Amino acid sequence: MVAQNIFFGILAAIVAISALRMVTTRNIVHAALYLVAVLAGLGALYVLLTAEFVATTQVLVYIGAVMVLFLFGIMLTKAPLGNVMEMTGRQWPLAAVVAALLGGVTIYSLVDRFGSERLNTDGPIYRTADVSDEVFSTYIVPFEAVSVLLLAALIGAIVLARKD
Amino acid sequence: MLLNQFLILGAVLFATGVYGVLARRNGVMVLMSIELMLNAVNINLVAFGMQHGVVSGQVFALFVIAVAAAEVGVGLAIVLLLYRNRTSIDVEDFDLMRG
Repeated sequence: MVAQNIFFGILAAIVAISALRMVTTRNIVHAALYLVAVLAGLGALYVLLTAEFVATTQVLVYIGAVMVLFLFGIMLTKAPLGNVMEMTGRQWPLAAVVAALLGGVTIYSLVDRFGSERLNTDGPIYRTADVSDEVFSTYIVPFEAVSVLLLAALIGAIVLARKD
Repeated sequence: MLLNQFLILGAVLFATGVYGVLARRNGVMVLMSIELMLNAVNINLVAFGMQHGVVSGQVFALFVIAVAAAEVGVGLAIVLLLYRNRTSIDVEDFDLMRG
């Protein structure tokens, strides 16, 4: 248990600091790299929560595919690669207040409700086979809906981004 | 480990994502901040799934990942289209609705 807590502390620090740097850095490519650190840290946290398939998918889909999409987006929109463009708008103090209020209220209610409730580590451990059994039995209709959604998004993105 | 460790990390990530969406001016950065918020939801789903000993949490997290991938694809296509039409992805330039 102690080892798990130590690893959680390290990973949570990486995730939280990288997320903060991501929304404050002035260089957009650095922001993309900080996002990779956040996503990788979360993938490791999924392993800590014994969700091995979610962790694998996180690495494959987010760090593999989505980050490449973001880098293409940065490249194609010719974003200034240095500190040229002011990345944060004038309204940032208001945004910080809103975010602090939202986070404060959420954390207060979480502490109030869950307090020091221990994570149930004695429950069953679901491996990839169990996850796929559940997806292809109970959640077969949402799974097919997601397939159609992905196809629609693919065609929509092509239609939108086409040159003519 | 406490359940709250994961939930509070999710709350911090979500608030950071909200700040990014509200404060950033670059359209691609806004989309990246939205990814941060979606990931905050995922960690809550997986943590609650483990807490209650059910597999549904992981399944929902997978669905959220799939929907997020679709969202990024369409969102970046829209940002590219905005760039092509207005040669800018500064969200403060898009104020056609202002009276």
